[in-house]
Amino acid sequence: MVSVREAELHLIEHGREVPHLGEQYETIEQQNDAYTIGMWAFIVQEVLFFGGLFASYAVYRFKYLYEFVAAHHTLSVVFGALNTFVLLVSSYTMARAVRAAMLQQHKTQFKYLLWTIFFASIFMVNKYFEYSSKYHHQLIPNQSYSAEEVIHHNHLKVDNGMVDLGKRKVSLEEFTGRTKLFFSFYFIMTGLHGLHVLVGIIILAILAVRAYSDHIRRVPHADYMPVEMVGLYWHFVDIVWIFLFPLLYLMGGQ
Amino acid sequence: MATITAQTGTERINYLNVRTTVASWLLTLDHKRIGILYLLGITLFFFLGSLAAAAIRLELATPKGDLMTSDTYNKMFTIHGVLMIFFFLIPSIPASFGNFVLPMMIGARDVAFPRLNLLSWYFYMIGGVLATIALLKGGIDTGWTFYTPYSSAFAKGEVSLAIVGVFLVGFSSIFTGINFLVTIHKMRAPGMTWFRLPLFVWAMYATSLIQVLGTPVVAITLLLVAVERTFGIGIFDPNRGGDPILFQHLFWFYSHPAVYIMILPGMGVISEVIATFSRRRVFGYHFVAFSSLAIAIIGFLVWGHHMFSTGQSIYAGIVFSFLTFLVAIPSAIKTFNWMATIWKGRVHWEAPMIYALGFLGLFVIGGLTGLHLASLATNVHLTDTYFVVAHFHYVMVGGAIMAYMAALHYWWPKMTGRMYPQSWAKLAALMVFVGFNLTFFPQFILGYMGMPRRYHSYPEEWWALNLLSSAGASILGLGYLLPAIYLVWSLKYGRIAEKNPWGARGLEWEVVDTLPHPHNFERTPIVTRPAYDYAHPEEPTAIFPAPRPAYVGGGGKDG
Ligand SMILES: [Cu+2]
Repeated sequence: MVSVREAELHLIEHGREVPHLGEQYETIEQQNDAYTIGMWAFIVQEVLFFGGLFASYAVYRFKYLYEFVAAHHTLSVVFGALNTFVLLVSSYTMARAVRAAMLQQHKTQFKYLLWTIFFASIFMVNKYFEYSSKYHHQLIPNQSYSAEEVIHHNHLKVDNGMVDLGKRKVSLEEFTGRTKLFFSFYFIMTGLHGLHVLVGIIILAILAVRAYSDHIRRVPHADYMPVEMVGLYWHFVDIVWIFLFPLLYLMGGQ
Repeated sequence: MATITAQTGTERINYLNVRTTVASWLLTLDHKRIGILYLLGITLFFFLGSLAAAAIRLELATPKGDLMTSDTYNKMFTIHGVLMIFFFLIPSIPASFGNFVLPMMIGARDVAFPRLNLLSWYFYMIGGVLATIALLKGGIDTGWTFYTPYSSAFAKGEVSLAIVGVFLVGFSSIFTGINFLVTIHKMRAPGMTWFRLPLFVWAMYATSLIQVLGTPVVAITLLLVAVERTFGIGIFDPNRGGDPILFQHLFWFYSHPAVYIMILPGMGVISEVIATFSRRRVFGYHFVAFSSLAIAIIGFLVWGHHMFSTGQSIYAGIVFSFLTFLVAIPSAIKTFNWMATIWKGRVHWEAPMIYALGFLGLFVIGGLTGLHLASLATNVHLTDTYFVVAHFHYVMVGGAIMAYMAALHYWWPKMTGRMYPQSWAKLAALMVFVGFNLTFFPQFILGYMGMPRRYHSYPEEWWALNLLSSAGASILGLGYLLPAIYLVWSLKYGRIAEKNPWGARGLEWEVVDTLPHPHNFERTPIVTRPAYDYAHPEEPTAIFPAPRPAYVGGGGKDG
């Protein structure tokens, strides 16, 4: 809510001169606040969306600890760590882009948006290699899934159709089903996250084009809020990965 | 405004005549028009859902399964549930009347994000069309809950397509929630403090919280079911290491709070209608406002009461049972405060008030029977019987739809500029009340006697009560058909409505014209009085500052 005095003062000083002020708003401050609250509400919604997945993953990880730990050894920590680093750097370049947007430095903003897109793309390329190696080892959770690679990778002994997990033995069929469950979560969680990165790349590209056109046209006061909001989104996408990386790649058993 | 092009003759510009092309409706950013668009969509899906209900009651009119096969019957109650819950009840009051009146109530020209608002309508319609296609193309037989493993391993039909439809409508609901949260926080007119807000706005705030916090969980859950079906993984399939009970936890984490998405806006409407027609400020305003928030918050902690008989831990059951009982407190606070408002008020018996009184009667029965289901011992006896069916229909139909009808009759003059015939409307309200009780009260008895839900045949001794229920349903159906006739009639022949036909307080009646201007307020009001200030009829709710300076924009300059 704008206080009476604020609204009057603003009208006296500015009228409705700000070109990017929406018809429904009184002041640019009100519009910017609305964007910010709206974006945070959207992010809260995203947290709950991923939260359902994380909770389900946690349930099964408790239930099938040994199988999940065995399966997670087949993930490449090097690739995961590299991607974590790449995303963190992209968060930095995004923050610089937001800063430049606030200072109306369109060219700097354009440059940093391109850098962010660049790092995001490296992330996606890495993910592509990771996914194709899983495909190669028949670890895609579809009909042709096989736990052989997991058994091989962990040097597990199989006799009489029973897989020896050290502290307990499970049938090969159960072992296959439970490790398949791990890869189901792996692909759904990283896949949904990757989708968010992809959407981010598209939006960043649109912002980059706009920043460049603002630069060419020498717009003195562009609306920096879209960049700031996309920045919030981008940091959120990074944070999801910051949780995914240890949960899927790092956490061992016991 | 540049967008305003047409003005017919000497008639004042309003949101309907400002532009009349089809494109101007389909691309509109005006919250009032989007509200009308939603109203049309909602009416369509209500009609389709009612047809399925009619088929169900027709089948149950005789003990034998003679009208349709059990498979067809399964599909019928699934159509009924899916359409009524996701495509009627969830968006009903928030997306139609919330959209139409909420910005006016708080003195705003529009919602915070008009484009998002329109997008939510498209998500809703596309989701609805997809779900309808799925239901017609062979149908689905899982029940509206999509329980695994019915929906994953055994379901016949187009479950994945229906899930995509529900997924889309879920996001339309999230968009509405985000929009209203921000609108209520940032778009209130100067002087419209939190405690001057009409209680409908408080109810919508609580509803929006649930929409934003709950809906994404059901979205991801249903997505998992669709992925499970498509790729043959086993997240909820016990044969493949999955756990079907996990689905129920995730599903009810949303779907219990979703009950409050359906009923809280209705409670908001009832506060408005009762205050207006009792000519009195709602008794215990602060309690009623905060009870909405309390219901929203406690509502997130009770989902386990849908799972008492799944073998969940008895200690979890005790906690869920206790927390469920807690919900009764804020609900009772509201009910008692409404009654106190009427008691001390000067009651005007217009049609919206009749609907509101009907709401009170039916909601009390629905709420109190909820307590039988909340207690562990009786729940085991009543689970999956018609007692449950009767209970939630008393809350959802007797509560939410009664409130919806009250809202429709209350704001109809503002929306259409016409009055409908009062006596017909009162007759319809009475028919709905009588028909509803005839339909659903026998189901309490049937459920208590042990008749299970979701079967197309039943033993002879339950015939009389079932026949009574089916007979009641036909009266109920007529009660809903009648408004469709006289409201449409009123569009052309109804008396022209004045600005404030009910003598109500509030910006949407005192300040906004009938029909409203495209921007609601030609100047931003400054609110000086609390809501429902019937004690001071001489004091206007809002005053107006000096005219604002003319728009001098263009040229891309920022002063
Ligand atoms: Cu519940």
